[in-house]
Amino acid sequence: MAYDTLIIGAGMSGLAAGIRLAQFDRRVLILERHSLWGGLNSFYKLKGRMFDSGLHALTNFAPRHAAGLPLTRILRQLRIPYEALKLGEQAGSRLIHAGRELRFHNDPRLFFEEFARVFPGEIDGLRRLVADFPGYDAPPGGADCDDSARARLSQYIRDPAAVDCLMLPTCIYGSAREDDVDWDQFTFLFRAIFLEGFSRPEGGIKSLLDLLLARLKAVGGELRTNCGVRRILTRAGSVTGVELDSGEEIPCERVFSSAGHTETLRLLDPRDVPSAAPGRDPAHADQSRAPRLSYFESISVTAEAPAAYGYGDTVTFFNLGERFRYRVPTQDIDSESGVICSPNNFARTTPLAEGMLRLTVLANHAHWTRLAPDEYAAAKQDAADRMLAAATRAVPALSALPPRVLMRDTFTPRTLEHYTGHLGGAVYGAPRKSRDGTSGVGRLSLIGTDQGMLGIIGALLSGITIANHHVLAESLR
Amino acid sequence: MTQDEVIIAIKDIIAQIAPDEDLTNLEMDVRLREQIELDSMDFLDIVMELRKLYGVQVPEKDYMELATLAGCVKYLHPLLEKKPLHCAQGAPIS
Ligand SMILES: Cc1cc2nc3c(=O)[nH]c(=O)nc-3n(C[C@H](O)[C@H](O)[C@H](O)COP(=O)(O)OP(=O)(O)OC[C@H]3O[C@@H](n4cnc5c(N)ncnc54)[C@H](O)[C@@H]3O)c2cc1C
Repeated sequence: MAYDTLIIGAGMSGLAAGIRLAQFDRRVLILERHSLWGGLNSFYKLKGRMFDSGLHALTNFAPRHAAGLPLTRILRQLRIPYEALKLGEQAGSRLIHAGRELRFHNDPRLFFEEFARVFPGEIDGLRRLVADFPGYDAPPGGADCDDSARARLSQYIRDPAAVDCLMLPTCIYGSAREDDVDWDQFTFLFRAIFLEGFSRPEGGIKSLLDLLLARLKAVGGELRTNCGVRRILTRAGSVTGVELDSGEEIPCERVFSSAGHTETLRLLDPRDVPSAAPGRDPAHADQSRAPRLSYFESISVTAEAPAAYGYGDTVTFFNLGERFRYRVPTQDIDSESGVICSPNNFARTTPLAEGMLRLTVLANHAHWTRLAPDEYAAAKQDAADRMLAAATRAVPALSALPPRVLMRDTFTPRTLEHYTGHLGGAVYGAPRKSRDGTSGVGRLSLIGTDQGMLGIIGALLSGITIANHHVLAESLR
Repeated sequence: MTQDEVIIAIKDIIAQIAPDEDLTNLEMDVRLREQIELDSMDFLDIVMELRKLYGVQVPEKDYMELATLAGCVKYLHPLLEKKPLHCAQGAPIS
């Protein structure tokens, strides 16, 4: 079997690209190093329980029939019926910044009311800001896409606390850049979180992944798991195939990689790696040493749902300090800010059997990789306790959690790096993105994290968009 | 394919791409985008499906010709005349 396109990685972007290409009769094979598919948003079994490795919430909620929204577009492009997702909407979420609290849910009016209540002098600025967002039809990668969202925001909103309130959720849910967000990513995330909102497939991430995999197979695409790519083979600066960890070589016309930009370039013969000459697209500058933001997360299981002990939010973004800091922490974790969330707090047809609460904060990859094997387990428990103590300062109801915990799992930047291959366990990849999906090497396209559309919805769109632009539309010319 | 069958073929493709849209009362002379929600991504798909199902190549400069159902018939009928109708899912339309 000869393949047109090999796709490195069976995360959201790889699966979506695979479906698009196979749907139009391209022979597609997805190669995934791990035994499971899903990448950063996968699932696992531990002590008889099923866990989602990533899913807090599916952003960009769209009601059925809602035209022009990212979720609707993705489902159309992949030919997945809306009902199949069985989406349950969020109960309601909260933003807590230095003692101020703003509630929001899928009706955006609530957030605007809350913003006006907390920052009465800034609501007009917020409305002007949102009115100036580019439409979803604006071509990706416009001239101002890398602009600083912080700088843009300060042209509309004066109160630094109000700016921080907007930075907190958008950084945590999708910025690869310290203390800032790229402007285009900010507009996408603001819509994703506040204008469209959160939902969750009733069956968790596995049900979405099952739909994607079934669709891939239905259109003739293939997936091989336990199948890492160790080299990308080239001739005269253009891709000819890949070599697997097993030594097997597979020829192809084109490679799509969701492994990350630097990670992908490292699979090439160094002589083929494009040099970052001045004047070249800055996205192709060497990003191997750029700071990468990673996270520490705990999942606590309780017999009852969190609402039983007073936690009713779907998602809570919190920041305790006066200013919001979004940087690689100097210590193991930075528990000043983070996210609390619970899969129980979405609408469902049948309640989950147990309660689950997730806490997430920024973490320092180097710290976690330096730990000796005998220190690692204890360090995780200690960090999880400190993280919970900090989250409890923001949400006092969490003080009722510890005695109820039946089991707690934690993961660190080390876990993330192991399971995704992303350098530094970076959840959102390198700070500079290659929005047009080019890698600088012929017939090698970048999708997912380092193409620059982030989160579950972003990654799916990334795979679709690059498949459309680099292959499908190209074939019509 | 007759002219009527060209309309069936096009509607069948749109139904694949946009299963939520009601296609029963589409006007012939009104732009499709004004009657149902189709964006540029959907348009790419219509053209891709035409090629996949019927081997018809519509160059980008001619996309405008497909803006209305009447336009589709006018542009596509000469290209599809000698081809049998079959729907996107492969099952013949009764
Ligand atoms: C804890 C956590 C919670 C999150 N919560 C949410 C959320 O609630 N909502 C949301 O929208 N987003 C969330 N995200 C972000 C979201 O998961 C990611 O943005 C998205 O899944 C990225 O998809 P991707 O396809 O770009 O990359 P990945 O998912 O990283 O996929 C890359 C794949 O490539 C494979 N790979 C890498 N190198 C090789 C190689 N050499 N050979 C073979 N395979 C290789 C990896 O194993 C991996 O499977 C969360 C992320 C984390 C970590």
